[in-house]
Amino acid sequence: MTQDIATRNKGDVHVKQEVDTEVILGILERHDKARGALIAVLEEIQAQYGCLPEEALRTVANEMGRPLVDVYGVATFYRSFSLQPRGKHLISVCLGTACHVRGAPRIAEEFERQLGIKAGETTPDEEFTLETVNCLGACALGPVVVIDGHYFSKIRSSKVGQLIDDALKGLDKIEIGEDKRIFPIDVSCPRCNHSLMDESLTIDDHPSIRVSVSFDHKHGWLRLSSLYGSSSIRAEQDIPIGMVVDFFCPHCHAELIGSWECPMCGAPMVPMIVRGGGMVQICSRRGCNSHMLDLI
Amino acid sequence: MITLRINRLPVSVEDGTTLLEAASFLGFPIPTLCHMDGLSSYGACRLCVVEIGEGPEAKLVSSCTYPAEEGLKVRTASSRVLRARKMILELLLASCPQSKTIQDLAAAHGVRQQRFKQEYEDCILCGLCVRMCQEQMMAKAIGFRNRGEKRSIGTPFDIKSDVCRLCGACMYVCPACQLRCTYNEPEKAICGGCENLTPSCIDKERFDDMMCYMDPCVACEIEKE
Ligand code: SF4
Ligand code: SF4
Ligand code: FES
Ligand code: FES
Repeated sequence: MTQDIATRNKGDVHVKQEVDTEVILGILERHDKARGALIAVLEEIQAQYGCLPEEALRTVANEMGRPLVDVYGVATFYRSFSLQPRGKHLISVCLGTACHVRGAPRIAEEFERQLGIKAGETTPDEEFTLETVNCLGACALGPVVVIDGHYFSKIRSSKVGQLIDDALKGLDKIEIGEDKRIFPIDVSCPRCNHSLMDESLTIDDHPSIRVSVSFDHKHGWLRLSSLYGSSSIRAEQDIPIGMVVDFFCPHCHAELIGSWECPMCGAPMVPMIVRGGGMVQICSRRGCNSHMLDLI
Repeated sequence: MITLRINRLPVSVEDGTTLLEAASFLGFPIPTLCHMDGLSSYGACRLCVVEIGEGPEAKLVSSCTYPAEEGLKVRTASSRVLRARKMILELLLASCPQSKTIQDLAAAHGVRQQRFKQEYEDCILCGLCVRMCQEQMMAKAIGFRNRGEKRSIGTPFDIKSDVCRLCGACMYVCPACQLRCTYNEPEKAICGGCENLTPSCIDKERFDDMMCYMDPCVACEIEKE
């Protein structure tokens, strides 16, 4: 069953978001309905839709037998959850102390003016989401702005227009291959929605997917082929065959973990958002080539 | 039973009794704002501070949430406590000066001026309405949303709640008195209790000699101007 719901945006822009109740029920199925499972459930819904649609929250509240206010309270408490659909490009303006004294509020205002939205909102064409953050840890370079995972330092208001143009053109542009059977996917982190694509290193002639991994007290980067179906990888550390590896987002450092288990080997599956809608999951065990693509 | 001393007087209370309850048993007045009998303690306003311990170990705690401890020495009106209370009241006045409850408390404690930047918040986030709705009305229609400076009280998605039973209890307990009443924007009203009784200010023209039971509320007057 698919329902059309109108997600309310500030300023009365209505964005249609399709919610499949079956999917939500499926997610709930995989968690027990104990109190503590709520955040894990919401995380998974956010990974699936890129935001938490109203209808999904209502379903969760009903199914878990919790008041809707509680679910809504949790969903609005944490910065990593978003009730509004996120745009294709995420702009984070640092308003931390150091950036603040170097004029970051003016930068944030300039972004708000040029994009015509307030911080925390998404443009009606769903191109940009603007948010403010509190210190990105690069205070000496302030005011700092991060766009789709790229850091820009010592920003002045006059640079804002240029940055928006560059972001629109694509700071990490990828070319779509000719062959329709093997196709490249463009993925981003389910938590922060930053692109995971890395043009500086190509695998199978396409930009690779960059993640951080850790296993056995070792940490390092891992590049995966972005061609769906290909299992080519390149890794900083040698990963022994059969090893189950923890995946992390290189931008927000969140662990990329869902609640699915690999249907072939039982290791946890690693979820990533596919630009354009949907989710891809790959098995976290080296050597196991199981993967699932779920397009919406 | 636990024995402790409040203002040097010994008192024995049941395990789990709060300092506030023990003090009121002895008749020592402690002002409260976010505490109400019949609702769980929340500890939001800090108005009920008391001083416990001695010498350099002495510290201020909120008596409505602090459980009695064996041998504890409590002072409910030391100069440190009175200073802290005045400061809290001054800060409350700075954020919500229109509240009669806060004005009365401030006057009773001899607060004569307010030295901070004046704001006019319509909610002090005391949480009384949330607990009232949840614990006594069993409706769970309103709750806290967001956090930090964006924290606010309201219904999910800011739309009229379908579990609210229009009892008006949240308005009744609110010390800030104005938030729940959104009569000049009826479609956003959480409660709408008045609509059920008689449409008082929704349709002011027809009922202009009616008195709203929210008498500190002047929302309808504001609309008219
Ligand atoms: S009026 Fe509605 S929101 Fe207020 S206490 Fe009653 S049920 Fe709760
Ligand atoms: S609306 Fe009133 S009762 Fe509710 S938290 Fe705010 S001040 Fe307290
Ligand atoms: S204050 Fe902006 S990076 Fe630290
Ligand atoms: S009454 Fe104790 S903190 Fe408010």
